[in-house]
Amino acid sequence: MMSDDPKFDPATDLQLFRARQKARNRALGFVLLALVVLFFAITIVKMGLHSSGQM
Amino acid sequence: MDSTRTLPLPADWRDFFALTKPRVMTLVIFTGLCGLLAAPGEIHPVLAFTAILCIAVGAGGAAALNQWWEADIDAGMKRTANRPLPAGRMDRTSARDFGFALAGGSVFVMGLANGWLPAAILALSIFYYAWIYTVWLKPRTPQNIVIGGGAGAFPPLIGWVAVTGHITLMPVLLFLIIFMWTPPHFWALALFVQTDYAKVGIPMMPVVAGEKATRRQILIYAALLLPLAATPWFIGATGPIYGVAALVLGALFLLLSARVGLRTSVPGDGMAPEKRLFAFSIIYLFALFAVLVADRYATLQGWQ
Repeated sequence: MMSDDPKFDPATDLQLFRARQKARNRALGFVLLALVVLFFAITIVKMGLHSSGQM
Repeated sequence: MDSTRTLPLPADWRDFFALTKPRVMTLVIFTGLCGLLAAPGEIHPVLAFTAILCIAVGAGGAAALNQWWEADIDAGMKRTANRPLPAGRMDRTSARDFGFALAGGSVFVMGLANGWLPAAILALSIFYYAWIYTVWLKPRTPQNIVIGGGAGAFPPLIGWVAVTGHITLMPVLLFLIIFMWTPPHFWALALFVQTDYAKVGIPMMPVVAGEKATRRQILIYAALLLPLAATPWFIGATGPIYGVAALVLGALFLLLSARVGLRTSVPGDGMAPEKRLFAFSIIYLFALFAVLVADRYATLQGWQ
């Protein structure tokens, strides 16, 4: 528990909390964007393979 | 501000990444890629990339579930005590959810992109590692990693099936090669971290059957691996480049295993032959699968 820490400082702690949240959001945003690109690419490739009779 | 005092700090994204065991993943990606490249047939680069990505993410999910389940055991071993869960940098629920999300997501995407047969094998491999090995075998039998080694043997099989769409003898042989390679690889490690496994009550072979029996079995598996690894050449599925390389690499592996298998350690001897065998076993697998791909391209170019 943070309150057990003698060096506990609410302001710094909140800053750290926000920074951690921001980094996680960025990482998740990157993953979601990559998934969008991946699904788009898979769809295009699959459509191409279907129309050329390779599937 | 009392509410912020009790609010736990969210885990860092790097800890989620660490949960996927990135170093183990390197070998998984590599063997999966080699299975994919050595398979007869063609695959669109985007679908090939997706297959490898799914194999890697699936392995990451299985690793996260493994660490979720084994957090208490990991806390007791020096080698694993600094992992995100035992070190207290992440709560267990996050690790569990992360593992299930990666596992489910990878199987789903592979099914859509590469077909449901490779996806089903991927699902089986995740279940094999996260349940059969981690939950069931590891705490119960000293043969844990022999049977559990199957989990790490799936990637080339999945890569191969992603290209061909069906299971034949060759991908099964690749599976068996890794299966047979795992015991000497892992027991070499278990010999020099023996005290750690003993402390947390995991029945690793050196802990239960003793050092002598472990060393003998390392030698037996290495001796079996030598002809097995060359079998693709014997049955005509690969050319001489692979065959000769498999025999040379296998002979070296057997030589280093013999040094481990035929000696008795004394306290404070540094366990150098065991460490050398462990290091070489990784090089062995990388080299063998790289040569498998090289052999296929040499055949396609008409060089052999």
